[in-house]
Amino acid sequence: MAKTGIGEAVARREDYRFLTGQGKYVDDINLFNQAHAWIVRSPFAHATINSIDKDDAAQMPGVVAIYTSEDFSGAGGVPCGWQVNNKDGSPMNEPKHPILAEGKVRHVGDPVALVIAQTRQQARNAAEAIIIDYTELAPAIDMKAALEPDSAVIHDEVGSNLCFDWELGDKAATEAAFEDAHHVTRLDLINNRLVANPMEPRAAIGDYDSSTGEYTLYTTSQNPHVIRLLMGAFVLNIPEHKLRVYAPDVGGGFGSKIYHYAEEAMMTWAAGQLKRPVKWTAERSESFMSDAHGRDHVTHVELALDENGKFLALRCNTLANMGAYLSTFAPCVPTYLHATLLAGQYTTPVIYCEIKAVFTNTVPVDAYRGAGRPEATYLIERVVDVAAREMNIDPAELRRRNFIQPDQFPYDTPVALTYDTGNYEATLDQAMEAADYSGFEARKREAAARGKLRGIGLSCYIEACGIAPSNVVGALGARAGLYEVATVRVNPTGSVTVLTGSHSHGQGHETTFAQVVSDMLGIDYDAVDIVHGDTAKVPFGMGTYGSRSIAVGGSAIYRSVEKVISKAKKIAAHLMEADVSDIEFENGEFKVAGTDKATAFGDVALTAYVPHNYPLEELEPGLEETSFYDPANFTYPAGTYICEVEIDPETGVVEVMSFHASDDFGNIINPMIVEGQVHGGLAQGIGQALLERCVYDEQGQLLTGSYMDYCMPRADDLPSFSVDTTVTACTHNPLGVKGCGEAGAIGSPPAIINAVVNALSDYNVTHIDMPATPMKVWQHLSNGRG
Amino acid sequence: MTVSISFQLNGTSAQLDVADSQLLVEALRQHGSTGTHIGCDTSQCGACVIHVDGKSVKSCTMLAVQVDGKSVTTIEGLTQGQAEDMHPMQQAFKQHHGLQCGYCTPGMVMSAIDLVNHNPDPDEKQIREWLEGNICRCTGYHNIVKAVKHGAQMMREV
Repeated sequence: MAKTGIGEAVARREDYRFLTGQGKYVDDINLFNQAHAWIVRSPFAHATINSIDKDDAAQMPGVVAIYTSEDFSGAGGVPCGWQVNNKDGSPMNEPKHPILAEGKVRHVGDPVALVIAQTRQQARNAAEAIIIDYTELAPAIDMKAALEPDSAVIHDEVGSNLCFDWELGDKAATEAAFEDAHHVTRLDLINNRLVANPMEPRAAIGDYDSSTGEYTLYTTSQNPHVIRLLMGAFVLNIPEHKLRVYAPDVGGGFGSKIYHYAEEAMMTWAAGQLKRPVKWTAERSESFMSDAHGRDHVTHVELALDENGKFLALRCNTLANMGAYLSTFAPCVPTYLHATLLAGQYTTPVIYCEIKAVFTNTVPVDAYRGAGRPEATYLIERVVDVAAREMNIDPAELRRRNFIQPDQFPYDTPVALTYDTGNYEATLDQAMEAADYSGFEARKREAAARGKLRGIGLSCYIEACGIAPSNVVGALGARAGLYEVATVRVNPTGSVTVLTGSHSHGQGHETTFAQVVSDMLGIDYDAVDIVHGDTAKVPFGMGTYGSRSIAVGGSAIYRSVEKVISKAKKIAAHLMEADVSDIEFENGEFKVAGTDKATAFGDVALTAYVPHNYPLEELEPGLEETSFYDPANFTYPAGTYICEVEIDPETGVVEVMSFHASDDFGNIINPMIVEGQVHGGLAQGIGQALLERCVYDEQGQLLTGSYMDYCMPRADDLPSFSVDTTVTACTHNPLGVKGCGEAGAIGSPPAIINAVVNALSDYNVTHIDMPATPMKVWQHLSNGRG
Repeated sequence: MTVSISFQLNGTSAQLDVADSQLLVEALRQHGSTGTHIGCDTSQCGACVIHVDGKSVKSCTMLAVQVDGKSVTTIEGLTQGQAEDMHPMQQAFKQHHGLQCGYCTPGMVMSAIDLVNHNPDPDEKQIREWLEGNICRCTGYHNIVKAVKHGAQMMREV
């Protein structure tokens, strides 16, 4: 029998349908009598709408309806799910985010009108015929300029472009530590704005059944229940029992499909108005100007050290771009997912961080793979590297001197987290060995002989995953709980259907979760089915993001299986006329301890549904259990990444020669899938460091609005990777797991930039902003030659 | 203007009435071949790669009318509906975890098969260069490269 249990590299059961073209993504779904939508979007970053003339368009062939903001006067705005307070305790500014622009547009791509026609082409043609009279306003694009008193104000009701001014940490103690420091390293850096770019563009189909009053939304979402809650309760006022949200196969998300988007509300509402299905699929260029973007921080950071290189204090000051409106999780990204990670793997005793969140005339910015934690890791691992160079200490050695030691866990950081476990030296050692750290100088000489500048860089990251304890995040401003839900349904003939609130959009949950359940129940892996993505089937769920699926969703499944086993033991005890305390469950069999009496799991399942010989007075029939698992703490994956690059001094081209990742994800269910997650994260992190950058010009035009302009990592941009793991099991969830989805994207950007700067060390370069493009590198080389 | 076209689709005769401006990828998807995906609007991503007369093409760069009289193979044409019938390249992608969300996968597989048809034993550099026109956001390409190498070996052995 094939090995399918916990820890086995089981090939994915999802793959057959994807490999044979049988995946069912939203755009693959077509409903009877479906109409098609096209959305008219603002060509300007900031403008008032004087008039919208839709008369000619309404006469175009096939047009069914044209809607503008007045039609949505009964609907709420797109809600924000997280409130952050200012330093003085007052709440952040939270201006309305209308479904369609109300009198003013605030970014290129802001939706202005919704055109519905019999075909997509007809809707598109009619959209061209709508005449919108705009008066352009001065835009606020650059964050620093947007905070100046003379800046254009994006939301009149706010009065400035400041969303919030927030702080974390002990300011006075940090200042005192800096005053006494032997050495202070200072660095200004930019965390470049990125576009998530899952390969499947967003899509939505609204449907309405007038016989029942039920709405259905098919959508490209990472968390359909959250969309149901946000859209039903806050936007369209549809009670949840009359609203089904279904996210079938979803072609990648990386955060950008967490949020509730206006298009989802438009399609659902329009289906109700027209009493027929309405479908919208984004074109890629539309995705660029309507999907939430990521990162976009401007930071000044300072690290104080003593004469031995021990970190005494860290402080930073960050401007975080919110874009034109607050997306669902936007406020928590630069605050609770960023500032709380500023201790990194180190014992830095005091930390102080100030974050100003700024509105600009750009697409809303929200969580993108890593969300706040890449930004934190980047500033820590860059400033530590610069400090190492300034103090002439080997970068690995400087990090080692400051690691939290294994015997210090649980460890309270000065920025509000308690790390449960870890062994940072173990991952550093493993990575240094795998990367042959000590052999670098020889490789550098060899490269120099070929005319290349070779550099080595490392980064030691930590992240907080397994999001999140509901009471903790509630106290910090979250407007939802962050538990996960699972129902384990044992069918009468012994097969098992698992309904999970986690959502798989590439992560392979259908395989991983089935491994967990079949292993625990001792039944055939193929007898376990995983169902997700449909609010009509799954009781509830908070979805997949923040590397939470195995740590939170997997734990909910674990708990439900435990409850199933507990009930099944009672049934088995009855069948075998034994006391329940004598029943043991092993390899799919219930046994009476100390005897040869046994009954199979399948027989117990059948008995639960055919309860003729059954303790009916004590136990209900059936075998199905549900758990809401609320984690006790975050999980803290950590690791060391080491890479080497070579720079061609003639062209400035950076080539990644090797990349090694050592990660501690706790226990691992399917190592093949975990490695794949790391590979994908590395590609996105290396993409951020070397290739990707979302650019607006001074007028707020999106210059990188297609794959012709936005540099996606391609196969020939990347090397093959070397990955390995160490294990310290998470102490507070039953599987001992930490999560692996974001690590690669968190740890890799500083490793790359550290390597690039190291390669340029003879050219008086201390920092280079991402992405380190050939032009930028060449300019540094040129200046250094000066 | 609507034009009637006839072509071989996955070994079966197909007749379609298409607008003369319709892209091939749209016509195929409307005809039910939804395994061919659209990931961009600038012919960059390769999610729509199919074979026309045995050669890989981005079906977003062709008009539907251009396949009149030709033979078209989409991802659905590689297998007859049973897991064990998967093409060696499909099997290799599964074995080496060369896909995650699955969206780029059909185009990636169709491209890879054409590579091996041209070059039965490609090395890593050749694979990476050939797949430059197929963007994957999930896998970092590491396992795709492994899969194509192994798929090529299996194709040679068939």
